[in-house]
Amino acid sequence: MMLHTVNKSPFMSNNLDSCLRVAKKGSAILLIEDGIFAALKGTALTDKVSAANADTQIYVLGPDLAARGYGEDAVIEGVKVVDYAGFVDLAVEHDKVQSWV
Amino acid sequence: MSEKKFLYVNRKAPYGTVYALESLEVVLIGAAFEQDVSMVFIDDGVYQLKKGQNTEGVEMKNFSPTYRALEMYDVEKLYVDKESMDARGLTTDDLLVDVEVMNADQIADLMESQDVVLTF
Repeated sequence: MMLHTVNKSPFMSNNLDSCLRVAKKGSAILLIEDGIFAALKGTALTDKVSAANADTQIYVLGPDLAARGYGEDAVIEGVKVVDYAGFVDLAVEHDKVQSWV
Repeated sequence: MSEKKFLYVNRKAPYGTVYALESLEVVLIGAAFEQDVSMVFIDDGVYQLKKGQNTEGVEMKNFSPTYRALEMYDVEKLYVDKESMDARGLTTDDLLVDVEVMNADQIADLMESQDVVLTF
């Protein structure tokens, strides 16, 4: 299965939409850099991301959340927070990485 | 040089790109020339003002305290776009400086009233 990474804000680009459209059920999506805004509760996109998380496990990079002023408590239920070591683990566990840059 | 009205339009989140930091630097330069400076935060630009930014983990400079220092440079007119705040679930309580919330019509008028508009 594939690991997808998204590093652009979902409010400013359609990269996340493209990723969600193409990602196979059972694959993983890691939100990094400005992509982390998709992982937050209480936004106009929360319901969409929460629904997508049922088919594809979504992860978010903790240091990028913290840099932008958000803690784990701000993250949508079911979305998993990982650190850099977790990022490496995800890259190793999946046979390919697709970066939606 | 006569005083001109400068508006800086900020539309990008901090750290993912360099725009937010570059905008701040230009604002401070403009302020040093005693121009009439306003800043408006639209779209992901509102994230620049989010409280609690901690960049230790990403090993980048946390420049968010600079927004609190702007008033020392007589940069006191800070505006945020209501629609952008609402879409991101943000309220003024989430922001690290006092701002005036504006709707799209008010922002349009603000832009019209300026001599120079610079967007980052």
